Amino acid sequence: MRNIGVIFKKQLKDTFKNKTVLIQFLMFPVMTLIMDNLVSIPILDMPENFFVKLFSVMYIGMAPLMSVGSIIAEEKEKNTLRVLTMANVKPWEYLLGVGLYVWTLCMIGAGVMATGLPKEQIPFFMGIMAVGFLISIAAGACVGVFAQNQMAATSIVMPVMLVLSFAPMLSMFNDKIEKVSRVFFTQQLRVLMDTMTFDGIKSETLAVVGINAVIAILLFFVAFKRKGLE
Amino acid sequence: MIEAKGICKSFGDRKVLDGIDLDIGTGKIFGLLGPSGSGKTTLIKIVTGQLEFDKGSICILGKDVGALTGKDRKRIGIMMDEHGVYERLSCADNLKIFADIYGVPYSKVMPALEQVGLADSARKPAMKLSKGMRARLRLARVFMIEPEILFLDEPTSGLDPMTMRYIHKLILAQKERGCSVFLTTHNMEEAAALCDEVALLNEGRIIDRGAPSEICRKYNHKKRIVIHLKSGGDVELAHGKESALRIAELIEQGDVETIHSSEPTLETVFIELTGRKLDDSDEEVKYA
Repeated sequence: MRNIGVIFKKQLKDTFKNKTVLIQFLMFPVMTLIMDNLVSIPILDMPENFFVKLFSVMYIGMAPLMSVGSIIAEEKEKNTLRVLTMANVKPWEYLLGVGLYVWTLCMIGAGVMATGLPKEQIPFFMGIMAVGFLISIAAGACVGVFAQNQMAATSIVMPVMLVLSFAPMLSMFNDKIEKVSRVFFTQQLRVLMDTMTFDGIKSETLAVVGINAVIAILLFFVAFKRKGLE
Repeated sequence: MIEAKGICKSFGDRKVLDGIDLDIGTGKIFGLLGPSGSGKTTLIKIVTGQLEFDKGSICILGKDVGALTGKDRKRIGIMMDEHGVYERLSCADNLKIFADIYGVPYSKVMPALEQVGLADSARKPAMKLSKGMRARLRLARVFMIEPEILFLDEPTSGLDPMTMRYIHKLILAQKERGCSVFLTTHNMEEAAALCDEVALLNEGRIIDRGAPSEICRKYNHKKRIVIHLKSGGDVELAHGKESALRIAELIEQGDVETIHSSEPTLETVFIELTGRKLDDSDEEVKYA
C-alpha cells in the first residue's frame, strides 16, 4: 500500500512541472468557471447550467484518458517504470497509484465545476463524474499499457478522446449523431446530467455505462496480459 | 553472495547463454567482460530475476532467485545502462521517490548526492544534467539504499575519462563498505582497475576467468622485453637470465629510453581467445 502512496506523491510533484498533463486537469474547470460565471452570453433557450454539463462530459472524455495514457507511456519510454518495478513496486500498485492520482485530481476539478450548480444537485453530479472518470481511467490505462511511447499513446488516444468528448456535444444538435452516440458512456452521462436526479436514471443508461465499463476493463486486462508494463 | 550454476538461456533458436557458472563472494568486485551482444545484459537480468532462464540455478543472498522476497530485493541495488531518471524532477526529488519506496530516511538523500558530487545540483531538474551527471544520479539512487549486492550494467559507458575515473572511485568505495559488486563492461581498463575477478564472456560462454593480473600472466606466451633506445631503435630480448647482461650493458651505456615487458592486456587475451575485440561496436545487439 505504501508504494501506491509513493506513486501518488511522485505524480503530484511531477504534474506541476508537466504542463501537458497539468493543462488536462485545469482546462475544463477553468473554462467552466469563465463561461458560467464571468462571461454573460445571452443565448435563447439555453438550458440551465449548460456549460457545466457540456464541459463536464468533455472533461470525463478527455482528461483521464489523455493523462493516464500519457503518464504510463512516458514511464515506459523513459525506462523509469522498469526502475520502479525493480525496486519492487508491483504493476498493480503502480497502476492503482496513477489511477487514484488522476481520479483525485479530476474529482477536484469536478468539484470546482460543481460550484456553479445548485447545492442539491452537487452529490449527484459528483457521483456521475466519479463513475465517468473511472471508466475513462481504465480506457487510458489500456492505451498506456498498449502504447510503446508517448507519441503512440497520443495517436491512439486522440480519436477515442474526440469521439467520447465531442459526440455528446454534437448530439445536442443532430439526431443521427445522437442515435449513434447513445452507445458511449459519455453520452449517457450527459443525458443523466440533464435530469440531475437519481429518479431519472433509465435502465438503458445503466446498461450502456456498465457495458462501456466492462469493455474498458476487459481491454485493459487484454493489453496488460499481452504487454505487461514492458 | 551470488552463486549460479549452469545457466542457459535461448531466444528462439539462438542460444544466448550456455552453461554459465558464477561464484561471487562478499565484498568482491566481479567483472563480466564481453563485447556488445555477448550476453552480459541478459545474464545480469537473469541473475537479478528480471528475466526467466531455461536451465540452471541461481542462489543470491542465500536464497533461490525466484524465492527472493520484497525485503530481500531491497538489499540489492541495480543500475542498468538503460535505466532512466525522472526528467522534470530535481535530483533530490528523484532520490526521495526511491527513499520512500525503500523506506530510507530523507536524511540520506543529500549525503548520497554529495557522494556522487551532485550536492550543488540537488535542486536542478534531471533534464538539465549532462550525461555523466545523469550516470552519477543513477548511481546515487542505488548507493543511497546501501545495498549488500550491487549490479552495475556498463556504468561508465559513453562517459568521458574524468567522469569514468570518478565513478571508479565511487564503486571502490562501495567495495570498502563490504558490498559485493557485479559489474558488466566492455572496457578492459575498467575491469583491470576495479575487479578482483573477471570472466570473459563470448557468444554466451565464459571462456576464461580469474584475477585480471592472473589472466594476463597466464596468456603471456611471448615473454619478451622491448627496449626502446634513445637512438630511436628497438631491441627485443627474451624474458630470461640470458638477457640480463645485455640489458645491464644498454643501461650502463645510457642508451635506454624505455623498457617494456610484453604481458598481454585483457583486451589482447580476449582477442587471442576469440578473434574479437571487446569493444566490438559492429555488434550493438542487446538481446533483452
